[in-house]
Amino acid sequence: MGNSLVIGQYVPGQSLIHRMDPRTKMIMITIFVVIVFFANNFYNYGLLVVFAFLSMFLSGVPLRFVLKGLTPIWFIIILTFTLHVFITKDGTELFQVFGLTVYSGGVIQGTFISIRFFLLIFVTSLLTLTTTPIEITDAIESMLHPLKKIKFPVHELALMMSISLRFIPTLMQETDKISKAQAARGVDFKTGPIKHRVKAIVPLLIPLFVSAFKRAEELAMAMEARGYRGGEGRTKLRELTFSRLDVITFLFFFIVVGAVIYLRQF
Amino acid sequence: MDITFKNVSYTYQPKSPFEHQALNDISFNIPSGKFVAIIGHTGSGKSTLLQHLNGLLMPTEGSVEIGAYTLAKEDKPKDMKELRSKVGVVFQYPEHQLFEETIAKDIAFGPENFNVSEEEIDARTKDVITKVGLDESFLERSPFDLSGGQMRRVAIAGVLAIKPEVLVLDEPTAGLDPRGQKEIMDMFAELHEEEQLTTVLVTHSMEDALTYADYIIILNEGSLYMEGTSREVFSNAEALRKVNLDVPEIVQFIHAFEQKFSTSIPFENQSLQELAQIIKQRMEGEEV
Repeated sequence: MGNSLVIGQYVPGQSLIHRMDPRTKMIMITIFVVIVFFANNFYNYGLLVVFAFLSMFLSGVPLRFVLKGLTPIWFIIILTFTLHVFITKDGTELFQVFGLTVYSGGVIQGTFISIRFFLLIFVTSLLTLTTTPIEITDAIESMLHPLKKIKFPVHELALMMSISLRFIPTLMQETDKISKAQAARGVDFKTGPIKHRVKAIVPLLIPLFVSAFKRAEELAMAMEARGYRGGEGRTKLRELTFSRLDVITFLFFFIVVGAVIYLRQF
Repeated sequence: MDITFKNVSYTYQPKSPFEHQALNDISFNIPSGKFVAIIGHTGSGKSTLLQHLNGLLMPTEGSVEIGAYTLAKEDKPKDMKELRSKVGVVFQYPEHQLFEETIAKDIAFGPENFNVSEEEIDARTKDVITKVGLDESFLERSPFDLSGGQMRRVAIAGVLAIKPEVLVLDEPTAGLDPRGQKEIMDMFAELHEEEQLTTVLVTHSMEDALTYADYIIILNEGSLYMEGTSREVFSNAEALRKVNLDVPEIVQFIHAFEQKFSTSIPFENQSLQELAQIIKQRMEGEEV
């Protein structure tokens, strides 16, 4: 189940990227996402691609594995590329296919947009591949902390997030288990007319809902039994701390950002 | 139906960082009509093995033969449904699979998928609900109003209604009270006799394996560790202890008794009463 979907899957490791503070990673990725839209020529796109692959290399996550995981997104990349190639009418005329003229501007534009797409997905999945969901929620809670002043329920939000993330694998297992049990009773999820396959979802969904509600109730009870009463005065097992590693990566990252903006004029 | 495993290996998520080999070169044969227990610790590959029995998983290496069906990487049966109508699987905590409004509908779900006629389904529903120890008054109730133990019985009835030739049970009594456990296991034993089923029981309980199974297969870390009749397997207590499995209490007792009184009691799966009788005779014999 979900073997091919990499987003949200964590690969354990001890690399530089794994050891960085999750807040550093999140801030860097936010800036990266913005900076990708600043790139406008082959130089700064090239730099960003090199940066992305360098980070992937440092993380120790096998490249083949990440690329395989991106398969669902290839379709979108190819679609946008094709659309750009045929629709943009800038630059010189290159050749004609199916009665449509392809211009050089279209090819360049298509390539850029595809790289942009690729980079965004590549780098964000790098975050989830090297950061546990718990670290991510901790980072969000810590970064949203100032909002507490305006009575924003930061702790509750973070808790909700970590609980839902925590239960994704459980629900996946449950789905797997129930779909197998129903397959053993003759349900066919994979072949047959679409109408039958949609109908086949019912015996899967109802047991899933039942068990999700049961689980939620049990969890609430267990939390109360252990004295949970909100974030007030609650201490943390894992304290987030910025280290020298974070400072160095930040510096390096800002050099890259500066270079991307500088290269815009070429 | 005969079940034959030939050098079966299974790997989860091959070629990824999460690659995990769950079964390693497993071969065995279960003749038709036998009651076989598969024993092993959590993570020994029991559940993976069980899913090969009706084609939910395909061996990554080797082949599985079930009656006339062969499951192998390059040789899949065209009609998996037919195989699944002959191999009924009761999964762990089967009550989680209930979903219909009424118990009757839930029991009918399996046979309906296998295109059994309506009258036949009706007859089967009434038959199986009594077999699992409930009665026909339950049929129109919602499965979600029942107690855990009753839900378990309904789920089992849903599998029995398929009328399988091979019945696969994955810890069918987990989480039930001792009386419920015995009732359910006795019911399976009875069915096994009556319908001449081939039964495969996956269990943690040495006692159940000893009481019900003709043949025992022990898995350890994905490999076949031991196999044989209950007598053969349980007489080798040393090997069992090596993989942290215990011999049943009754066998332990016989061993201890034999040592203490330097006598030998051939173990033939006697009942407690028979054993008490034998021991009584021995003791009286010695005193004279």
